[in-house]
Amino acid sequence: MRDVAIVAFAQTDHLRRTDELSEVEMLMPVLHQVLDTTGLRTSDIGFTCSGSSDYLAGRAFSFTMALDGVGAHPPISESHVEMDGAWALYEAWVKIQTGEADTALVYAYGKSSPGQVRDVLTRQLDPYYTAPLWPDSVALAALQAQALIDAGDTDEAALAALAARSREAASDNPHAQLSGAVPAGDYLVRPLRTGDCPPIGDGAAAVILAAGDTARALCERPAWIRGIDHRIEAHGLGVRELTESPSTRLAAERAGVFERPVDTAELHAPFSSQEVVLRKALGLDDRVRVNPSGGALAANPLMAAGLIRLGEAAARIHRGESDRALAHATSGPCLQQNLVAVLEGESTHA
Amino acid sequence: MPDVLSAPLVVEFPFTRSLGPVQSAFLTGLRERTVLGVRTGDGKILVPPVEYDPVTAEEIHDLVEVAATGTVTTWAWNPRPRRDQPLDTPFAWVLVRLDGADTALLHVLDAPGPEAVRTGMRVRVRWAEARTGAITDIACFEPHESEPGEPVPHEGEFADPVTGIVTPARLDYTYTPGRAQSAYLEALEGRRVVGERCPSCRKVYVPPRGACPTCGVATDERVEVGPRGTVTTYCVVNIKAKNLDIEVPYVYAHIALDGADLALHARIGGIPYDQVRMGLRVEPVWTEGSRHPDHYRPTGEPDADYDVYKELV
Repeated sequence: MRDVAIVAFAQTDHLRRTDELSEVEMLMPVLHQVLDTTGLRTSDIGFTCSGSSDYLAGRAFSFTMALDGVGAHPPISESHVEMDGAWALYEAWVKIQTGEADTALVYAYGKSSPGQVRDVLTRQLDPYYTAPLWPDSVALAALQAQALIDAGDTDEAALAALAARSREAASDNPHAQLSGAVPAGDYLVRPLRTGDCPPIGDGAAAVILAAGDTARALCERPAWIRGIDHRIEAHGLGVRELTESPSTRLAAERAGVFERPVDTAELHAPFSSQEVVLRKALGLDDRVRVNPSGGALAANPLMAAGLIRLGEAAARIHRGESDRALAHATSGPCLQQNLVAVLEGESTHA
Repeated sequence: MPDVLSAPLVVEFPFTRSLGPVQSAFLTGLRERTVLGVRTGDGKILVPPVEYDPVTAEEIHDLVEVAATGTVTTWAWNPRPRRDQPLDTPFAWVLVRLDGADTALLHVLDAPGPEAVRTGMRVRVRWAEARTGAITDIACFEPHESEPGEPVPHEGEFADPVTGIVTPARLDYTYTPGRAQSAYLEALEGRRVVGERCPSCRKVYVPPRGACPTCGVATDERVEVGPRGTVTTYCVVNIKAKNLDIEVPYVYAHIALDGADLALHARIGGIPYDQVRMGLRVEPVWTEGSRHPDHYRPTGEPDADYDVYKELV
């Protein structure tokens, strides 16, 4: 296995609306930022991979428009995943492992503001038995939350406290959409209140990956990806045990999370109740700093929020604030798909 | 900075899906007020049924009939129903384990309020009056006290089975084209075509999308191009498009407007289709009430020299 690290990370300020910007206009500043951080030019990048969704954009092949922002002419080696950019990062990591590239630019973006995101997300559900009922994303998360409450894993007050802690942490995050004291609010779909749910917004993020000595040359303290894995569960919600996340647990095992303690965890839990599930699956206790960025409850630009978890974890390592961090990304209803990575600073890898 | 343009955008499509033997039996069964499940290799009964065991991936097809009564395994109260959801009054989303099944079905429960719903409550199917062989043949669940029943084998044979379904999907957006495209569209209203110049390579892109695909930087300087241009390449269209009132054959061409470094495409008119050629000089023809030129026609100038436009082909 090659040593591969995240060497640069940038994200937009996440906003409720960005009507004045097209996707590529929203994306370009973060692309330039990661390139400037490393001193690389687009022609130096070995592989480019992105994550986004046509259903958010409301049109087919929308990612091709964003490609103008990376300088795709003359032709570059490029790929795209129709999902969160965390999975684009996984693909880029695999590409570097094959030896076909030494550096990769990974980016992700999503504008939720043009559509009704609760309805848009129903289109990812099983089209025969589930999607025709139009169960929106909050409703499905609420079913999971009630299952957790019935199981005695949490209660509404604990969920509210968890959401408050996340947004308090986001006070230190200039990119966050919601921070500080945010009211718990009314029930959106009971038992979830508005405060338990992520803000709807637009945003983008980018990272640069590099292998071995290239990474050391580009970054003072690279965030080495010591393990990364992703797993999926059955699409039938009634088949799954919603209070557990066996896919997160398995991905974490394969990524090596349990070999040594982590000091930081960036969890992609758009709903407060999902953090309860993830903490249990990952065995996180109070010694681990969870979501110092505020997490997805503070900013949830769809398709970028998972990549941002990897970026935030890496940035803490770059700054020397973490030595061993866990990053998690999710996709699908009720944590259906989960990706887990372990990132480390050089000094702990002696 | 011009005002931000926006327009409604509706994406609507009736997805037509074929059903395999298991889904066909299940949905036909709903039409006949019969709920079918499928038995896995280790004896579990999955409702709704699937063709492959979600644990082992083994193909499964042994159908059983389960009861139309069951138990709520989790729920969520929806105070504000959204468009296309099964009920238009406040309701509970529920996962229901039907009697005889080992897994739960997602649907909705008609109840007077959240205080009337709890995990473990007993419910039964309320059938839709008009049933077509779809999950919506279950109108909803309703509270109902009853004793659980046992599953019984079922052949899954019905007269006139449902073999496919149509699932309409409609999503509503408000599209905003961003800074560069807004400027382009606003100029069109004055029957002008504007591109944007890349600050790095100095090329002028039209229509501008805000970024130079070669340099990966924002295009910033607005440049009026045309109105005349040169045909760089073209094709002859022989198939009439639905809802398009243009006689075939006609010519669709790439046109490099004077001052632009990227060709845009448009229809060529005012000349027989078989006399259109590379290098032909053309100008736009605007029609009343249209945002875009209707087509481009020959200017009568001599053809452009190939060397002048070869980089734009």
